[in-house]
Amino acid sequence: MIISVASGKGGTGKTTVTSSLVSVWDKPVAAVDLDVEEPNLHLFLRPEIDKVSTVDMEIPKADDAKCTHCRKCADLCSFKAITVMAETLLVFEEMCHGCGGCLAICPEDALTPGARPLGTLEEGKSGDKPYLMGRLRIGEAMSPPLMRHVKKRLDQVIGETGRDAIIDSPPGVSCPAVASVIDSDFIVLVTEPTPFGFHDFKLAWEAFTPLGKPMGVVVNRAGIGDRSVQDFCAEKGLPILAEIPFDRAVAEGYSKGQVVAEVSDDLKRVFESLRDAIRREAAHA
Amino acid sequence: MREILVISGKGGTGKTSLTGAFAHLATDKVLCDLDVDAPDLHILLSPEDHKKEDFVSGNEAVIDPDLCTGCGTCAEMCRFDAVRETGDGLYEVDPLRCEGCNVCVTFCPAQAVKFPAKHCGTWGIGETRFGPMVHARLFPGEENSGRLVSLLKQHAREVAKEKGLGTVLCDGAPGIGCPVISSLSGTDLAVIVTEPTLSGQHDLERVADLCEHFRIRPTVLVNKFDLNPEQTERIEAYCSERNYEVVAKLPHDSIVVEAMVERKVVTEMPDSPFTDTLRSAWARIEELSEQCASASK
Ligand code: SF4
Ligand code: SF4
Repeated sequence: MIISVASGKGGTGKTTVTSSLVSVWDKPVAAVDLDVEEPNLHLFLRPEIDKVSTVDMEIPKADDAKCTHCRKCADLCSFKAITVMAETLLVFEEMCHGCGGCLAICPEDALTPGARPLGTLEEGKSGDKPYLMGRLRIGEAMSPPLMRHVKKRLDQVIGETGRDAIIDSPPGVSCPAVASVIDSDFIVLVTEPTPFGFHDFKLAWEAFTPLGKPMGVVVNRAGIGDRSVQDFCAEKGLPILAEIPFDRAVAEGYSKGQVVAEVSDDLKRVFESLRDAIRREAAHA
Repeated sequence: MREILVISGKGGTGKTSLTGAFAHLATDKVLCDLDVDAPDLHILLSPEDHKKEDFVSGNEAVIDPDLCTGCGTCAEMCRFDAVRETGDGLYEVDPLRCEGCNVCVTFCPAQAVKFPAKHCGTWGIGETRFGPMVHARLFPGEENSGRLVSLLKQHAREVAKEKGLGTVLCDGAPGIGCPVISSLSGTDLAVIVTEPTLSGQHDLERVADLCEHFRIRPTVLVNKFDLNPEQTERIEAYCSERNYEVVAKLPHDSIVVEAMVERKVVTEMPDSPFTDTLRSAWARIEELSEQCASASK
């Protein structure tokens, strides 16, 4: 089973929930950080990273000498990543999505496969649990291709060992967030009971509902703000799987990089019952 | 004209609440919410829109089943795994995975793939109690927020020019990816809101690197500094080493959520030590942005 922990927005406690769930998960599990723009899970799970590999994306390399300036590549490229200006063939690497279209269409072999580094894939172990993360290169704008790479590696790890996986998804509801949850079996949505939290939560609910995956909600910092999140969940029949009380000890533990489930026995129980609730809900679906 | 951008590297640091307060404190400004994926500033500022438009960007592949012969070329060539067999020997495109790259459209021997433009969201200009505001909403699951961010900025600048307003104040996109990169372009001063947590420091360092990459001066505001004074010290040490001014340290204070529940910005609440610190922080931000703007001219 692959569980994605997502949120309409950052800062709602996604990493708190992911790290704590990993900590109380009592079956073989892999921990994955797919928030490649801002990976933070490792700050809590402190894995020993034993393998770092650079991940490249295939982009075209231009050979001006072979180019006859037919413009077929430029006409095909939807991202204006390749242009023919006067008699010069130009590739704007950072705009290329790596679709391969220009390489396939060029009749003169003027374009050959090159590479642009997207970031790194880091692998290791947190205790006895496999740990995977992607880290986007500074200045790189495209996270989905790196995420796809991390997910491919995860598929191998799951295939080899048949374990569960818990994924810390990127925040928000745009393409990286959807790309992250699209292959999971269960989505945990983390939110806060404030007007901002509720608004973002509704957007996430709208974004993920069409995927038709079982979903459950964790209300973090319960007790601040108002009850709009709870009311909405009741109305839509969305199960609230856990409420993490607002507690300075949680905030302080988090600030020191502590796994919140390890802060106190009470908190540990909250996450154990969250774990059981996820299994129950996933079995129903 | 000068542009001030409030960013945080990551959400949840209080960036939008603080931007809302700055919107109140700033004189002659246009406001702009660049967090188009999950905008929240409008919750505090309730803009009344007098202009609303569709945001159309990119294209999306759609296979016409009447023309498809089932040869599978599209699925073979699609690098995003967006094309799949339907079961009856034909193919279809999963809109959630389609990047709009045009490859299947170009190479389909039967010309069965149509490529309509994509309606990705809406944007508008409204009036708030603190002045005009440009904002948008991207539909869930859409990309191209970078383009929408640039479009919003451009409109905010136009509004400022038309009305003779001296400041463009932007609530930036979270993260360090494409929308943030677009948020940074043309900015005079980036105000990074951070928290004294391990991840807060990590995010701060990454977004500060990004600012440096684009030669934009960052200045730092530590929110909820009292949650972990030691970590706050480390952040301050990092900032002084990198020559970033820390414009304020704000305590963890429930006044922020109280204001939010009332749909107000925190400086509209009764004065408190929190709001006093915030006021002097804003005064300093204005000075710094002035310096940066005149240096870049
Ligand atoms: S690989 Fe695709 S996106 Fe990149 S330059 Fe070629 S056509 Fe454009
Ligand atoms: S390439 Fe064209 S005809 Fe062939 S399967 Fe795809 S859509 Fe159908």
